[in-house]
Amino acid sequence: MNNKFNYYLKGKKGEYEVVIGLEVHAQILSEAKLFSPSATKFGQEPNSQVSLVDAAMPGMLPVINKFCVEQAIKTGLGLNAKINNFSIFDRKNYFYADLPQGYQISQYKNPIVGEGKVILDMPYGTKEIGIERLHLEQDAGKSLHDQDPNNSFVDLNRSGIALMEIVSKPDLSSPEEVSVYIKKLRSIMRYLNTCDGNMEEGSLRADVNVSVRKKGSKDFGTRCEIKNMNSIKFIQQAIDFEAYRQIELIEDGKAVNQETRLFDNKKQETRSMRSKEDAHDYRYFPDPDLLPLKLDSDFIENIKKKLPELPDQKKQRLINEFKLSSYEAGVIISDKETSAYYENVAKNSDYKLASNWLTVELFAVLNKQNKNISDSPVSSINLAKLINLIKNNTISGKIAKTVFEEMVKTDGDPEKIVIDRGLKQQSDPKELEKIISKILENNGDKVKQYKSGKEKLFGFFVGQAMKETEGKGNPNLINDILKKMLK
Amino acid sequence: MTITKDTVKKISKLSRISTNSKFEEEMIKDLNSIIKFVDQLNELNIDKVEPLSSVVNEKATLREDEVKKMNAKNDILKNSPEDNENYYVVPKVIE
Repeated sequence: MNNKFNYYLKGKKGEYEVVIGLEVHAQILSEAKLFSPSATKFGQEPNSQVSLVDAAMPGMLPVINKFCVEQAIKTGLGLNAKINNFSIFDRKNYFYADLPQGYQISQYKNPIVGEGKVILDMPYGTKEIGIERLHLEQDAGKSLHDQDPNNSFVDLNRSGIALMEIVSKPDLSSPEEVSVYIKKLRSIMRYLNTCDGNMEEGSLRADVNVSVRKKGSKDFGTRCEIKNMNSIKFIQQAIDFEAYRQIELIEDGKAVNQETRLFDNKKQETRSMRSKEDAHDYRYFPDPDLLPLKLDSDFIENIKKKLPELPDQKKQRLINEFKLSSYEAGVIISDKETSAYYENVAKNSDYKLASNWLTVELFAVLNKQNKNISDSPVSSINLAKLINLIKNNTISGKIAKTVFEEMVKTDGDPEKIVIDRGLKQQSDPKELEKIISKILENNGDKVKQYKSGKEKLFGFFVGQAMKETEGKGNPNLINDILKKMLK
Repeated sequence: MTITKDTVKKISKLSRISTNSKFEEEMIKDLNSIIKFVDQLNELNIDKVEPLSSVVNEKATLREDEVKKMNAKNDILKNSPEDNENYYVVPKVIE
């Protein structure tokens, strides 16, 4: 881990820093759509969840889903942001085949959530990222371009699902910070149950604004927007590519054009989107079909009272309650399921060992098997049992690893594995003394060497004792007995 | 503000309406006279007036988060000149 921020890019004429702002589109978890009662389920038969409102039939009127409003407020509170009692829905006009209305209902000048902030834990300390705003808007339908050589196929099931657009300030300075920021947003929304954060299914997407400037400069360069990214890895690659592209332009004395670009992950490059000259002429105006959204303070207060524990609060509690380091706590709270798993193990065994076994041993297994904690091969109850077996000296930490391997394979009960495989630790001092005196007898020369100062040989004796007990000897007891007998 | 031939062309493009020079001439004339009429509003001092987002002094009514099953797929797809496997089919649109 590097403990100092060091994302500076070298050009021919000096070093540059990168300025990044994100617009994250997060699909709200709700049963029905933002302005219509159609279902929001993913992966259904095409066009089977489309009401006359979603298809923009003449005369249809949108009506706001109260729960979606609550979800946006919850998320706003999770971002430490100001909730606006008064907000307005506007029409953002553009033509595209998957937007039947010819405009997207969005919020422009008066969003439902104002300024807030998100705290990132970076290896070089905490960093605060400003949130500019969060507004509600409709998702568009989905176009498939690869089904037919001459035509595009359109599915409107997604049309009208509620989105939160979360706009950050240009406070991010590296691909790494962007990755941590997106994961933090996702974690906050998952704790709140406002968005499932599934980037593969497109319920979390981002537009990334990138510009560069000379290291230490306070001015902003001209920015480019990379549209519609749904993978953290690709976002990081795109930023890196785009930053170097801009540096090269600047050093060649050319201007960076403010434009929208697409990232091609196969070619590892960004390229300009066509028809950009009209792209930004959205002609926003208040939607005459929708009255302003006026919320009374009680409505907002009630939501505030019911907020669950958020990642930052949970982290502080784990540090206080379980004496975890800030880093350990940060790893454990990163998602809701992991922290629930940890608390289950910690409360039923030992909090420190629980953290080690979870973040080192179990994480390694999950990584290898490409699994989430929710489908962990080892249950939290069994992991707690294993830790208790170590704590009460039934098995050593080393044997515990053997038991753990078995648990991963069979999802077995560690107590049973220890009995079945005869792994119980040998902790009878008399038995151990017998074994050790035999070892000392058989190795008289080494005992002599040890006593004349070759203390390194202590490890040899421990090793022999372990070998004799087939690894089951209690290491602490063996140490004590050896020290006594070698005096 | 004055409406020129370029403004008319731009508006036509944004609204996907095809034009010809006769139509454009008419539009320049009509739109300029409309703008001139509306411009009278600029004579008013509105420094202390909040923008009006709705003429009705009401707040939005909210709906509960309930799904109403209304699979209107077959009816809706009838509005498409072409469909395939339950998808709307449109001329290829891709950036």
